[in-house]
Amino acid sequence: MKLGKTAVGFVILVAAGIVAPFVIYPVFLMKALCFALFACAFNLLLGYTGLLSFGHAAFFGSAAYITGYVITKLGFPVELGILTGTVFAFGLGAVFGSLAIRRQGIYFAMITLALAQMVFFLCLQIKATGGEDGLQGISRGFLLGFIDLSDTLNMYYFVLGIFLFGFFLIYRIVHSPFGQVLKAIRENEPRAVSLGYDADSHKLLAFILSAGLSGLAGATKSVVFQLASLTDVHWGMSGEVVLMALVGGVGTIFGPVVGALVIVTMENYLSGFGSWVTIIMGVVFVACVLVFRKGIVGELNALIKR
Amino acid sequence: MFEWLGITPQGLYGQLLVGLINGSFYATLSLGLAVIFGLLNIVNFTHGAQYMMGAFVAWMGLRYFGVNYWWSLILAPLAVGVVGIVLELTLLRRLYRMDHLYGLLLTFGLALIIEGGFRQAFGISGEQYDIPEALTGATNLGFIFLPNYRAWVVAASLVVCFFAWFVIERTKLGAYLRAGTENPQLLQAFGVNVPVLVTLTYGFGAALAGFAGVLAAPIFQVNPVMGSNLLIVVFAVVVIGGLGSILGSILTGVGLGLIEGLTKVFYPEGSSVVIFVIMAVILLIRPAGLFGKEK
Repeated sequence: MKLGKTAVGFVILVAAGIVAPFVIYPVFLMKALCFALFACAFNLLLGYTGLLSFGHAAFFGSAAYITGYVITKLGFPVELGILTGTVFAFGLGAVFGSLAIRRQGIYFAMITLALAQMVFFLCLQIKATGGEDGLQGISRGFLLGFIDLSDTLNMYYFVLGIFLFGFFLIYRIVHSPFGQVLKAIRENEPRAVSLGYDADSHKLLAFILSAGLSGLAGATKSVVFQLASLTDVHWGMSGEVVLMALVGGVGTIFGPVVGALVIVTMENYLSGFGSWVTIIMGVVFVACVLVFRKGIVGELNALIKR
Repeated sequence: MFEWLGITPQGLYGQLLVGLINGSFYATLSLGLAVIFGLLNIVNFTHGAQYMMGAFVAWMGLRYFGVNYWWSLILAPLAVGVVGIVLELTLLRRLYRMDHLYGLLLTFGLALIIEGGFRQAFGISGEQYDIPEALTGATNLGFIFLPNYRAWVVAASLVVCFFAWFVIERTKLGAYLRAGTENPQLLQAFGVNVPVLVTLTYGFGAALAGFAGVLAAPIFQVNPVMGSNLLIVVFAVVVIGGLGSILGSILTGVGLGLIEGLTKVFYPEGSSVVIFVIMAVILLIRPAGLFGKEK
């Protein structure tokens, strides 16, 4: 029954993804897909391992910068550029993860936030990242040498492919034996340890996977918008991805996708209203925490079960 | 000695002074965080916004009502404290039975609302707050010209920090507070009104942040984002020091401010990240923090 429901969800997601660019502005969709992947990767850590990272912008943003740098300055082809950015995020995830998992709970959140702020300052100061300007004019180039990505539809299906790959990978991770152990650690760490599981190495691997996939999202985003900027590494971005997961439903497979769509749409419509975006995001945060903790998909699941 | 280091003594003393001032702010803010965390088990993400509000209340008081600096030093923390108490009574209170992470998320959301609101009202560019007349000018200490206001900031924040330490460690009220940190149920059973204690503690922590904000107003530009960037550094300070001890947070705060100042002299490029690097090193060798207890 449960598998059936998820399968139906998958089919709807793929079908909607294929048809969507003929109905909705494709650039907006690409942005939504990148953030959806980012939120899913983040949710792997918060929803399935119970670790709240407040520094995921570091992985998203640094991968965007690395991808932008190797494509513009070193002339890498686009697929290799995205791969380089993603691999870098995996590596950064390994370093940050091994530091952060030394502490629990709120300390974990503060440590990830502080480490990410360090990355922010580095991106601000290092010459290669272009300081306040960021990296501009990242060329989309040709996928595999012959598919012209400056064509919006080609680019869109490329992004859709990356998103579905990442999404499916996360689904497989969550439903693997490894994912079950993660959930056990989330529910009751001492018991998982007493059953013989090495909690720290499981947490670390989950952190690395989450960081790397966030990097994939950031790298793709930099190619879509041909831009890597300080916004991508700012703590505001870390907060935004927390909000996306929260709105959609922490610990659900489809929740972060829905949450990302909602937040990106909201930003799109409110972009002319200055700081009201921040205020409304804050209000949504407070509302989610106080009365809407399951998120949209979580509440829907509860309704269906009833 | 200074010649072969390639720096001037004035440069060194000057940066150490700046470091001492930043350190006093780190100390005051991390003290507030530690007090709130001790009793409420919440990492107060709104702390930066409360610091900013302190500065803005002082600025608005002077601009619109002619309230001078010295009155602001009392009134602004009171105002911020009252706002804190209202937030605690209406919102934070609902989350005590839940995972601590929800408290963090709630206060983060509140910080966004407050910051966004001030940005909408006052813009991003920042406002100037003049140094009060009694504290303008500088004193010649022989090796350095010490601006009077800066000396006052360091003295005032250290006095407030030690006052807070005294209240918590040496008075009856402080004993209740420490007992509440240790075991709230038992304290309640002894007839102490713990919810009121919790509310007042949050108000006190917020007021402390507001006080730091008033002190900061004449030094830094009064602007809506002045708190959020500072708060992240303070979080790193808290991770380094551990939230376990009051004196520990004061020492760590001042010490790290000085180290940051020294870095500005010897390796300016590294000054914005040095505290984060120290945090990483401390996590490697002493994960619970310098003054923290391993649980």
